[in-house]
Amino acid sequence: MNLTLKIWRQPDAASTGAIHTYQLADVSPDMSFLEMLDVLNEQLNEQGEEPVAFEHDCREGICGSCGLMINGEAHGPEVTTTCQLHMRSFSDGDTITIEPWRSDAFPVIKDLVVDRSAFDRIIQQGGYVSVNTGAAPEAHSVPVPKDDADRAFNVATCIGCGACVAACPNGSASLFMGAKITHLGLLPQGQPERDTRVVNMVAQHDAEGFGGCTNIGACTASCPKEIPLDVISQLNKDLRTAIRHGH
Amino acid sequence: MKVTTGPSGESYDDAAGYYTPGEPIVDTKAPAGPIAERWQTRQFEARLVNPANRRKLDVIIVGTGLAGASAAATMGEAGYNVKSFCYQDSPRRAHSIAAQGGINAAKNYKEDGDSVHRLFYDTVKGGDYRSRESNVHRLAEVSASIIDQCVAQGVPFAREYGGLLDNRSFGGVQVSRTFYARGQTGQQLLIGAYQALERQISAGTVSMYSRHEMLELIVADGKARGIIARDMVTGEVETHLADVVVLASGGYGNVFYLSTNAMGSNVTAAWRAHRKGAYMANPCYTQIHPTCIPVSGSHQSKLTLMSESLRNDGRIWVPKNQADCDKDPRDIPEEDRDYYLERIYPSFGNLVPRDIASRAAKNVCDEGRGVGPEVDGVRRGVYLDFADATQRLGKDAVASKYGNLFDMYARITGEDPYSVPMRIYPAVHYVMGGLWVDYDLQSTIPGLFVTGEANFSDHGANRLGASALMQGLADGYFVLPHTIRDYLADGPFEPIAEDHPAVVEARESVQSRIDHFLSVNGTRSVDSYHRELGNIMWEYCGMERSEDGLKKAIDLIRTLKDDFYRNVKVLGAAETMNQSLEKAGRVADFIELGELMCIDALNRRESCGGHFRAESQTEDGEALRHDDEYAYVAAWEWAGADAAPVLHKEDLVYTAIEMKQRSYK
Repeated sequence: MNLTLKIWRQPDAASTGAIHTYQLADVSPDMSFLEMLDVLNEQLNEQGEEPVAFEHDCREGICGSCGLMINGEAHGPEVTTTCQLHMRSFSDGDTITIEPWRSDAFPVIKDLVVDRSAFDRIIQQGGYVSVNTGAAPEAHSVPVPKDDADRAFNVATCIGCGACVAACPNGSASLFMGAKITHLGLLPQGQPERDTRVVNMVAQHDAEGFGGCTNIGACTASCPKEIPLDVISQLNKDLRTAIRHGH
Repeated sequence: MKVTTGPSGESYDDAAGYYTPGEPIVDTKAPAGPIAERWQTRQFEARLVNPANRRKLDVIIVGTGLAGASAAATMGEAGYNVKSFCYQDSPRRAHSIAAQGGINAAKNYKEDGDSVHRLFYDTVKGGDYRSRESNVHRLAEVSASIIDQCVAQGVPFAREYGGLLDNRSFGGVQVSRTFYARGQTGQQLLIGAYQALERQISAGTVSMYSRHEMLELIVADGKARGIIARDMVTGEVETHLADVVVLASGGYGNVFYLSTNAMGSNVTAAWRAHRKGAYMANPCYTQIHPTCIPVSGSHQSKLTLMSESLRNDGRIWVPKNQADCDKDPRDIPEEDRDYYLERIYPSFGNLVPRDIASRAAKNVCDEGRGVGPEVDGVRRGVYLDFADATQRLGKDAVASKYGNLFDMYARITGEDPYSVPMRIYPAVHYVMGGLWVDYDLQSTIPGLFVTGEANFSDHGANRLGASALMQGLADGYFVLPHTIRDYLADGPFEPIAEDHPAVVEARESVQSRIDHFLSVNGTRSVDSYHRELGNIMWEYCGMERSEDGLKKAIDLIRTLKDDFYRNVKVLGAAETMNQSLEKAGRVADFIELGELMCIDALNRRESCGGHFRAESQTEDGEALRHDDEYAYVAAWEWAGADAAPVLHKEDLVYTAIEMKQRSYK
């Protein structure tokens, strides 16, 4: 199929960006969205124009590197990562607008690549269990009910791609944060630090410039791993409990 | 020179002229004595570093996958001053995250006869007796602690209703020793290690350098003392000095262009170290994974693996008759199906090791009985059928075990695997070769340690399912932190200045490569060279290798290399993010590695594990090892860009285990 691509080009963080328009022919419906961009980049390279910078790595939907606003939607029209979106979701003659994640807390580095290191700094504030290597008890010494383990797994599948933030009109990272707080809060290993974890992570979230949550739900609708909205209720509940405990 | 004697008494050395014979190499760190006591002995003998002195010691760790993140976290906890590097935007994205199936451990929770010794035995046997006995035994010993550690971190492993951990069996193994988190075990283990790492970053013991790529190793006065890295955002070429350098930079399967590796996975860190004196061991051992989604067309940029755990319940077959290959598989009656693994290998059936399953799939497709779309005139796919399992267990049970894999398959192929059998085909997945290390995980360069997939020692010629995650975490959490202290006990080493000749040389080497790539201004893209290299490697150094094919491949690669340096086209600038420039450096290294892989494969005129030499097979087409001639590690020394590499052989000695020809029939 033949496509018109309108792509955000920005040489670096300090420059002003603009939309550039490219024509691309002979796109196969079996290509992934990123393979389509590979083909475009080969074409640009041949024409002497610098290829479009975009982020990607595993191309299996699990590393969380890729992420684009496609026609205004995070990861495009389907509930999946950009690397797992296939061109069969589009039609011959389509015009597709491709932009980087939209969020002040994710500044653009170049073209479609943004800086998501704020997520790491939120995890640094307590998104872990404090156990040193070699200090762990025998694994069967602490049983975990299967339902809790399964639910913890479901929310632990967050890949940190940032689609939730990009989709949110407030630019909130509450779904990302709620997923981690719920994961560790469901397990006995996560209990001792439960109060400090939520308080410190929320403080870092706000300091990074992410917005507040107003329960719009765009985050969960665009989440490729379908992290449920109730992790945000859990986050708020844990925060209230921590405050009641004097944190 | 080792000369092999042929069946009729003639002498030959296939790789003669392609290499220079060198002195034998030995591992001087492995303790003698009973195998079950060696690790304890080594831990005790390795000297200690006083906690107050640890913070004076600088440790560089390149890579943040299971091996790198776990090592950085553990070394940070111990109080060393750690600098951690990764090329991704966050350490959480290292490719270990994509591992699906599981992690082995000798817990014997199922009381089905498992033990440290059995895990050790299975791993050495599975590696076709080309791994090191001492290393593998240590791996089996620490395996149980890995599970304890991960559970304590909050890794949500699958559990039974009683609240205890669940296990399953995995390809090539008859006990249930594999721990898993649905089909995303690698993700959950990596996130556990990542969180431990982030905790140390917060505590100030680890400094994180993400979006940095190591481009050169600094070797000063015979010791590894740092790295040259490029900041991939600003383009700045940085010097980082330390007392010790650890490479945990993963495998090089992307030399084949199409593989299940992440697009950015590369060999550069290891290859730059190789050029500085670290030997590269067994580079030709490539694991081809049997359960990948088949190629659909020429646009393909990578292949997707589906967990081998699918073979626990799925049955593999192709039509008996070529005429049925384009039919709807549901219309092919039972009597016209060939469940070829169950037929040829009745005791292991669909759970035969990966190399056997892969080659068997290739054979039936080469016979013309492959299924799925024709690409370049051949159908390259076999069915993986869950109809029986769905009838036996119910659709819900199948979905709860494999749901995410089924969804992934449906998304990529546009077919529903719950109603139509999946199609699978082998693809390059993992490399067993890597930098040579001794028992301490130290390379031939003092002060350069290598862990995880980047080293060669634990998997032999083949890797059993669920053993790579085990090795990555064993090295990072439990092995390296103990062995490295013996080296660090001599530190801190005298500081070296940034104008030390070794530093200047390394920086200039990086700068001149960058300048070269940006100035060639040729006509071909980096990707086009990578694709061509991949085709050569897959065709001649893939599932089956022959003397003629490998010699041809070496010629083709040399021609390609020459053209690459004269005709590559890299646009953009050095002082900015430049993804084409990043790829150019990596492909340059892949080209040199590819040539060495072919030379290594040429030298090894035997079939074992992931290396199948056409000249060495039994009458019924099975791999034929030659333990009398080839029970050695091939450790290759770089001799210069225009010189033949030097081959050092390390004899593999087994004291606790008897070498047997594998048979899964």
